[in-house]
Amino acid sequence: MISIQNLSKTYPNGTKALKNLDLEIKEGEFLAVLGLSGAGKSTLLRCINRIIEPSEGSIVFKNMNPETFEFNVQDSSVELIDQDITKLKNKNMRKVRKQIGMVFQSFNIIKRMSVIQNVLSGRVAYHPTYKTIFGLFPEEDKQIAYRALKKVDILEKTFMRASDLSGGQMQRVAIARSIAQEAKVLLADEPVASLDPITTFEVMSYIKKLNTEENMTVIANLHHVDLALKYATRIVGIKGGEVVYDIQIKPELHQKIIEDLEIVYGRPISDEDFVGEAE
Amino acid sequence: MNLPIIDTSELPKSPKLKLYINMGIVLFLIIGAFIFAGFSFLDILLNIQYSTRLLGRMFFPPEWAFADNVVSPLLETIQMAVVGSFIGAVFAFPVAFSAASVFTKSKWIHGPSRAILNVVRTIPALVLASLFVAVFGIGSFAGTLALSIFSFGLISKMLYESIEAIDLGPIEALESTGANKLEILRYAILPQILPQYMSYTLYAFEVNVRAAAVLGYVGAGGIGQVYERALAWRQFDRVGMIIIVSFAAVLIIDTLSSSLRRRLV
Repeated sequence: MISIQNLSKTYPNGTKALKNLDLEIKEGEFLAVLGLSGAGKSTLLRCINRIIEPSEGSIVFKNMNPETFEFNVQDSSVELIDQDITKLKNKNMRKVRKQIGMVFQSFNIIKRMSVIQNVLSGRVAYHPTYKTIFGLFPEEDKQIAYRALKKVDILEKTFMRASDLSGGQMQRVAIARSIAQEAKVLLADEPVASLDPITTFEVMSYIKKLNTEENMTVIANLHHVDLALKYATRIVGIKGGEVVYDIQIKPELHQKIIEDLEIVYGRPISDEDFVGEAE
Repeated sequence: MNLPIIDTSELPKSPKLKLYINMGIVLFLIIGAFIFAGFSFLDILLNIQYSTRLLGRMFFPPEWAFADNVVSPLLETIQMAVVGSFIGAVFAFPVAFSAASVFTKSKWIHGPSRAILNVVRTIPALVLASLFVAVFGIGSFAGTLALSIFSFGLISKMLYESIEAIDLGPIEALESTGANKLEILRYAILPQILPQYMSYTLYAFEVNVRAAAVLGYVGAGGIGQVYERALAWRQFDRVGMIIIVSFAAVLIIDTLSSSLRRRLV
């Protein structure tokens, strides 16, 4: 689905966050990206939707319609291409971003707006600007938003101000925003790092739901090894801006993976790398 | 008890000394300013008889009947303030955004915009009013124009600072949904600064009401013109009456406006 080749990012201050990174992402995967803080996880995620501009390398989205910039199209009248999105102009890049959802450690919802407005903000790219600026969304978009909120079991909060929600609820609103966006890929940057253990499992299972029920390919930066083992289908370990570990998760491999992750963390995995038991 | 004695001579110097030096410098500057400004409390004491006599002529009693003549120019002053802060607010909005690096990435745009913000604020409203009276003639139009520019300077500067201080997370979130600049402005920035924007506009209105009272002095309309006439004829009982009426109006406006502002932010 997405093929990252030779990706490098050097920040203006000289920090080399990514070094010639290669990564192949397949449709339907739940990819957990593990690594110490500063390993380049966040930079990698933000390069995929070009919120951060890569310095070098290519990010190829497969089967793209060269007219609408829709990627991963199954059948179409026009000939589909594999497009390196680092070459796209801003206007066309926005059309690609429309298909990529993102959730953040700090939720990044707009606290002074209502829950429904926050979810609808995921649909602004679908409509002309002169309508969205006045908050005019068609009825079917509202239905999409309600359905998204129902999916994360928060429909009863629809008309509440987002600032009145708890952390876990805010993250569910952010997830609903990505559902309403009808994204094909979800980038999750430490989605549970600021939540307590119980809420952590709750939010993770909603993300898993997007993966299995909404067919979203998920790429999630995670801190905790047990979360990766429980929810992901594949683990990629990043160290010093490079992929140093890559494995498909199978139940019988759990113990081996935990031992292997020493390569990624540069130290044996310990209790602090687990959220612990819940549920 | 024999606790080990810790040698503090190795530690970096306590910041206390620096604090004393800073306080000394500030005190020196204040005293210096008193001397240079020729301000002395002695002068106040020596002239107290004149002051009390003047106060007596102004307020004991004021010319009560003159109140009728004060109301309509006072209303004109308030109208000037309303229109001035409104126009100022309208123009401040785009300029504040083009000056903010959060929204405007290009140096070529936010550089000049910031220059406008700073230059406009250095021109006193009174000077603006005098210039506009010279161009457009005596009357409230010149005053309103001066207040508009004055409010523009005030609101744009404060709004610009608010925009620079917003949480950048929502901008990132909106950008990642494929939103364009205007949509990011509408959904990620505006909700964060709208209450401040309205609050600054109200504040500009409060300041305008007080500033407008002086503007009449250069012929720019409103209550100031009544002041000017009364003072020129040395009708201090009238001056007293104007002060009483304006004081009441300013008090009411300030109270209303600041309670509104408290509810906004």
